[in-house]
Amino acid sequence: MVPVLLGTTLFIYVLVFALPGDPIRALAGEKPLPDSVYRALREHYHLDDPLLVQYGRYLFGVLFRGDFGETFNGQSVGQLIADSWTVTAQLAATAWIFELVVGMSLGVWAGLRRGGFADAAVLGGTTVAIAIPSFVLAYSAQLVFGLKLGWFPTAGTDDGWPMSYLLPGMVVAAAELGYVARLTRTSLVENMRADYVRTAVAKGLPRRRVVVRHTLRNSLIPVVTYLGTQIGYFMAGSIIVEGIFNLPGVGHELWLALQIKEGPTIVGIVTFLVLIYLFANLVVDLLYGVLDPRIRYD
Amino acid sequence: MTELARRTRWAAGLAALALTAAACSGDGDKDDGDAKAKTFTVANQEPGHLAPGAANDSYGIRVVNALFDRLTRLDKSGMVVNEDAESITSTDQKTWTIKVKPGRTFHNGEPVTAQSYVDAWNAAAYGPNAWDNNYYFGNIAGYDALNPEDPDGDGPQDAPKPKTDKMSGLKVLDRQTFTVKLTDPFSQFPLTLAFTGFAPMPKAATKDLKAFDQRPIGNGPFMISGSGWQHNKQITTQKFAGYRGSRPAHADGLVFKTYASRDAAYTDLLANRVDILETIPPAKVREARRLLGNRFVTTPGGTMDYLEFPLYDKRFQNRDLRYAISRSINRQAIVDAVFNGAFRPTGTIVAPIVPGYRPNACGLICMYDSRPAKKFFEKAGGFSGTLELWFSNADPSYEQWMTDVANQLKQNLGIKNIRFRKVPQADYLSNLTDHKATGPYRANWVMDYPSAENYLTPRCGPSNRQGYDGKECMALIRKGNRAKSIAESVRYYQRAETVLLKDLPVIPLWNWQEQGGYSKNIGNVNFDSYEAGGGVHYDQVTVK
Repeated sequence: MVPVLLGTTLFIYVLVFALPGDPIRALAGEKPLPDSVYRALREHYHLDDPLLVQYGRYLFGVLFRGDFGETFNGQSVGQLIADSWTVTAQLAATAWIFELVVGMSLGVWAGLRRGGFADAAVLGGTTVAIAIPSFVLAYSAQLVFGLKLGWFPTAGTDDGWPMSYLLPGMVVAAAELGYVARLTRTSLVENMRADYVRTAVAKGLPRRRVVVRHTLRNSLIPVVTYLGTQIGYFMAGSIIVEGIFNLPGVGHELWLALQIKEGPTIVGIVTFLVLIYLFANLVVDLLYGVLDPRIRYD
Repeated sequence: MTELARRTRWAAGLAALALTAAACSGDGDKDDGDAKAKTFTVANQEPGHLAPGAANDSYGIRVVNALFDRLTRLDKSGMVVNEDAESITSTDQKTWTIKVKPGRTFHNGEPVTAQSYVDAWNAAAYGPNAWDNNYYFGNIAGYDALNPEDPDGDGPQDAPKPKTDKMSGLKVLDRQTFTVKLTDPFSQFPLTLAFTGFAPMPKAATKDLKAFDQRPIGNGPFMISGSGWQHNKQITTQKFAGYRGSRPAHADGLVFKTYASRDAAYTDLLANRVDILETIPPAKVREARRLLGNRFVTTPGGTMDYLEFPLYDKRFQNRDLRYAISRSINRQAIVDAVFNGAFRPTGTIVAPIVPGYRPNACGLICMYDSRPAKKFFEKAGGFSGTLELWFSNADPSYEQWMTDVANQLKQNLGIKNIRFRKVPQADYLSNLTDHKATGPYRANWVMDYPSAENYLTPRCGPSNRQGYDGKECMALIRKGNRAKSIAESVRYYQRAETVLLKDLPVIPLWNWQEQGGYSKNIGNVNFDSYEAGGGVHYDQVTVK
């Protein structure tokens, strides 16, 4: 875990270092930047040091002082990460719940009525949802449900969770829930033909019990796996949707920082992403034994 | 995907879900103020700084303007009037005596004195503080001592630390009076004092400048309140009860809401979720005019777009070539196509709102006509090689209008090889100042103070980006700077502009018009070209 973290942060640091352009000069805009100020700023952000010295200093700050550095407008990067992750986590949770509930319901509905109207409708609907670019969906949803109908706030986080996150969450989930619905449907249809289902029907179990207890439970294994990967995907932030709905989340902050080559922010956010994945993997490894009785650690 | 990998991902999901749930709980995001307070909101973007000496983007200046009064302010016609100053006088335009009105206080109760101004200006001019408005103080005597030269340029030796942090040109005579000695006579000095960078600073701030930058203590109609500057979210202010100046706040408070883009802010404005948006995105102007009706306001701006030539490149040293290019650009057509007709084509360096502006000072040379353009082009001996047009990637409209310029040059002059150099924003300006441009480039100027001098010096002065020999033009500017009155100085500036336009190292293109709008919740919204940072007099706004 430690080598992976070190390797990744170093790699990102090198990449940021290699970005073209002088961030300090860009900050000044069209106005002249006196040499003394230029030098003071470069010194403040340690931009004149060699790459490895800069990296070492950064690592030292993070490890021993919990200091992730400072943005160009004097904000602590640690605080920025904390703030933006709160926003992104809420958006991710909303999107994930939508994906789970709506996607699986549609899949079950279609799967149980294979070849019928429901099946065709879900197939058609999800095809459209997957095909529409998310920004089109985002702007349309904002215009129709936010502005015209006024059901949801148009932008911002002022109304808190869940109200501010419902509309963007649905937009983020829209394309993804198509995959969940299809996966559920296929898996369900396959299992409905399985021998044990026929046995269950033959021994006279009610249909509801056959579907819910026997078929659905087994059909959901691949779906749940997919949904698990989705969490990570959502947590990485959704740059476009966060931008359109003015949610200051991780993806959005990362994009802003990249534009002005704000090294500490870029490295900080990506490092945190890496940390989250590493932590999750660790938990997974430990959970193995609990989840699957066939696996035991000695 | 192996079974192992699947399980890994799945459990990762569970873990992440747990984190998510933790993050969700206990989040309210509601404002803590009581519901009856009459506050309004202004759409803003994340500022770089809030200390007056450091705030140099319009997002920061907008906030500083609400929080701070300066010695002078600009009236509706762009003329300078005293605000915090009782009098600003000089006999030689070089040494200025400034009397500060007694009885005015900062938000923390501290009185505004001559020392408050001197402290603020010294802090801004002190190089190691690295405040972005540092260069505005460059003409005060003693500035150099606070910004020592690096002895070997970019070499290994570090510049010496300044020996002093006080400019010798600033002297406090008594509690309310101080004198400013400039390096050269400068008749426009009172005008520059209206800029937010010249605001005062209380004693309480001098100990911790960083804290002051995050939570400034001002002397203006609004004061920072509550959580203050919540990065990427909002900046909350309330009416300053002890305000004694000429622009008391009508509303109880003002919140600057931070938007990632103007598009999101515009949508919120239509939904009446934000009250003022001072710059509506150009693409939405037509729609906004229709939807907002009389709540849509157009104000002439001080910002100009130019096409500058790299005169350090031999190919552009021929003036006839520059004339040819100027005459073959159809400015009105581009403004109509790219900016929905919202901008105003100009034949001047100086913006129309600046005193001393002469319509089309450039004459025929800045007017579109393909036949004389072609004649100039032939006289110049044509153009060989590839013509490279430079602009940054900061806004998509740059490429749009450059495409039009390229097409017009192809059509009217027959220049076949035209290439775009679209440079990352972070890289663009350093390319220009380092004289690395290999062709005409987009240039833009945002007005600091309404004086022709503010537009001309950067283009004629010794450090101009075009590599232009502006001695003749600069001599006239200096005469204007020494003039006894603003009216007299204007005449010299006009002559300087004429010289610059005759040599044409820079082609005027168009003047920006600001399109703003406001919600149904507020009234008495007065847009003003001379109001710092945006355009609305926040103090006058009333909440319904």
